[in-house]
Amino acid sequence: MSDPPPTPLLTLRGIGKSFLGVRVLDGVDLDVAPGEVHAVVGENGAGKSTLMKIVSGGYAPDGGTVEFAGARRTFRGPRDAQRAGIGIIHQEFNLLPERTVAENVYLGHEPVRRGLVDRRGMLDRTTRLLASVGETTLPADARVGQLGVAQQQVVEIAKALALDARLLIMDEPTAALADHEVELLYGLVRRLQERGIGLLYVSHRLAEVFDLSGRITVLKDGRRVTTVDTADTTADELVRHMVGRELSSYYPDRAAPEDRGPVRLNLRDAGNRKLRDVNLQLRAGEVLGIGGLQGSGRSALARAIFGVSPFTTGDVTLDDRPVRLRSPRTAMRAGIAYVTEDRKGEGIVPRQSVLDNALLASRAVFAARSGRAARTTRVRELLAAVEIRGAGDDQEIRFLSGGNQQKVVLARWLALNPRILLFDEPTRGIDVGAKSAIHDLVRRLARDGAAVLMISSDLPELLGMSDRIVVMRDGHVAGELPAGATEEEVVALAVGTVREPAQ
Amino acid sequence: MQTVQPRSLPLRLPRVRPGGVLPILAILAVLLVLVGIRQPDFLAPQSLMSFLGRSAPIILLAAGQYFVIVSGEFDLSVGSLVTAQVVVAARLIDSDPARTWPVVLLLLAFGVLVGLVNGLITTRLRVPSFITTLGMFLILVGAVYLWSDGAPKGGLSEEFRRFGRRAFEDVPLLGRVPYALLVLVVLAVAAVLLMRSDFGRTLVAVGDNPRTAELSGVRVWRTRTFAFILSGLAAAVAAILLGGYSGVSFQAGAGLEFGAITAVVLGGVALGGGRGAVVGAMLGALTLELLFALMNFYGVSGALRSTVQGAIILLAVAVSATRSSSR
Repeated sequence: MSDPPPTPLLTLRGIGKSFLGVRVLDGVDLDVAPGEVHAVVGENGAGKSTLMKIVSGGYAPDGGTVEFAGARRTFRGPRDAQRAGIGIIHQEFNLLPERTVAENVYLGHEPVRRGLVDRRGMLDRTTRLLASVGETTLPADARVGQLGVAQQQVVEIAKALALDARLLIMDEPTAALADHEVELLYGLVRRLQERGIGLLYVSHRLAEVFDLSGRITVLKDGRRVTTVDTADTTADELVRHMVGRELSSYYPDRAAPEDRGPVRLNLRDAGNRKLRDVNLQLRAGEVLGIGGLQGSGRSALARAIFGVSPFTTGDVTLDDRPVRLRSPRTAMRAGIAYVTEDRKGEGIVPRQSVLDNALLASRAVFAARSGRAARTTRVRELLAAVEIRGAGDDQEIRFLSGGNQQKVVLARWLALNPRILLFDEPTRGIDVGAKSAIHDLVRRLARDGAAVLMISSDLPELLGMSDRIVVMRDGHVAGELPAGATEEEVVALAVGTVREPAQ
Repeated sequence: MQTVQPRSLPLRLPRVRPGGVLPILAILAVLLVLVGIRQPDFLAPQSLMSFLGRSAPIILLAAGQYFVIVSGEFDLSVGSLVTAQVVVAARLIDSDPARTWPVVLLLLAFGVLVGLVNGLITTRLRVPSFITTLGMFLILVGAVYLWSDGAPKGGLSEEFRRFGRRAFEDVPLLGRVPYALLVLVVLAVAAVLLMRSDFGRTLVAVGDNPRTAELSGVRVWRTRTFAFILSGLAAAVAAILLGGYSGVSFQAGAGLEFGAITAVVLGGVALGGGRGAVVGAMLGALTLELLFALMNFYGVSGALRSTVQGAIILLAVAVSATRSSSR
């Protein structure tokens, strides 16, 4: 660890925070000097957003101290933090599209002359403010809704500066920007630095972190792993810090090479609004893991295959026959099943019985084909086979645990004898016992000849379960890894430190 | 026997399922007792049969409304649909008995059509059903006035009127059993069977969580549209019975949509969908009618009907909302 620069602007000591008994931050120390860009990196769920919300007054910490500009502070809310001089630029902008740049910048504290809003003064001040960060082409009286994303970001920054912010938090500032706009942001960040403003820079993209920051703090599972001088570290080292954990749990045996069957599903240059040029093959008998960060297009891929938001470009073949999967219904008829990530919102009908939940898909799509009694018997058998504990078939599903709910959802799909199964975070929010039961079930399905695609943010699970791993980034396939890949390799592909897929 | 310690008595209340029919049965029982105290004659088979026959239209409308509400929508158009049906029937039949059956079929088709339009506008054009059916309500009211130049024309045939008016005479034990009651029993059984079918279970699932249903292959728009069609059909049957019973007027169906919604809510069906039984909705309608009868016996002004209805709907929704959120 390096020495902190003298007289820090912000000092955090031992910050802790729990939600509903879950510790999301634990003893985090961090400081930012005036004119410093301090990057904060970590996996999904490492605690970055929570930490930023604590600094900007959104949450109160359970433990630890926040010192800002030499005084200990307890912010009562975001406005309190703003008045103290801490601004935050969210991924999603907080602007009124129908109002002008100046009106947005001075929203809530408009300059007043003789009891009225001083429009001219407001425009002048906004123009000066924009010029001070090097933005001379943006008219202060333009309507914000007409501006591009990068310019809107400038407006957000001007808004913070109008409140005399001395510390700015930028949360994934480049997520919404096109490549050429990122350069503009770099220039902006440098000018803010020159003015002595401290910056906390949160980003998944390591390239930017290396370009901009002076120091980097790595968070993992709510703790600070390390703080390093950017000049003294490498991307590989950072990634190791970000994942650095042991593969401990048990996973069922992988498929032997001879168990892998023919290509079931083949995507060629497939794309839609969220995906581009996806090339991917899914074989019978294998579990294909899909890795990547949130928003990298993993779920979009499953939803496109299942016809929820279908592909608009490229070709899809199923068992070598071209298909158009236009709706969940067509996908189901083609033998595809989809276990969604959002179990509560999209997976269950909460106030219906376990049995009704398990029968939902069979009733909807294959009603005419099978006899009612036989179908119900079969679903009851499946429910018994997935081992739902402590609940009768007539109980409303919302009273079941997450793991049992997920098993019911699985039974619903198994009743259709699918040949392709798409799992999106199949074990999220599920207790350990149910987790390994679902792992076993997924593997058994593959062994019985199903083609399984499994999305997971849980790296040990992804590595432990998959026969191959495809990593997504920015809506396309960043690379493919064989079984036995390391967490570092997955994360490196996901955040984009390597350009070429490591074969 | 020794004295039993009160504490050692296991307290076993029947488990009241949210959306079950136990609460409404209890309310109905209480009302029956009150009626029995005040007006014992009312409980004699003869008058009871006649009461059930009179209540058949609103019970059928409640069943129709149930399908729509349990799927997560509303149908405000049924009242004016009933009025339109009655006025149309009178004008088309024009007291000619030979036209009775064709017109009956036409009315049923009319009901289906209105339901279809309501359903398609709601599901395909994504207009909230509250607005869709309110619009339909106004359209029907205006169209009927326009078509009949402000006063109902023609007249119903005796053939037509018998459905709502006549009865099987001299039935053992029961006495006089109105045709309307028979129609009600047949359709009520059909409704219960429908709700046990794949369609019925899917309908409730759609109301509970349309996203899940869609992702499980349910064509949500078709399911909901079918619910509106059932409501339109129920309105057609109710119109045939009401026209026969009380005759032709522009007031024939006034306020029935709120009566039906109140009945459905009273019967334990959740507004917003996903919970409740069709039997509950029908019992709710019966309870409401019995309550109005009781008010009558106690000399409460009939003018209070809508006030009582409003109070019931607020109370019932509040009870179900607080109960389901406290779990």
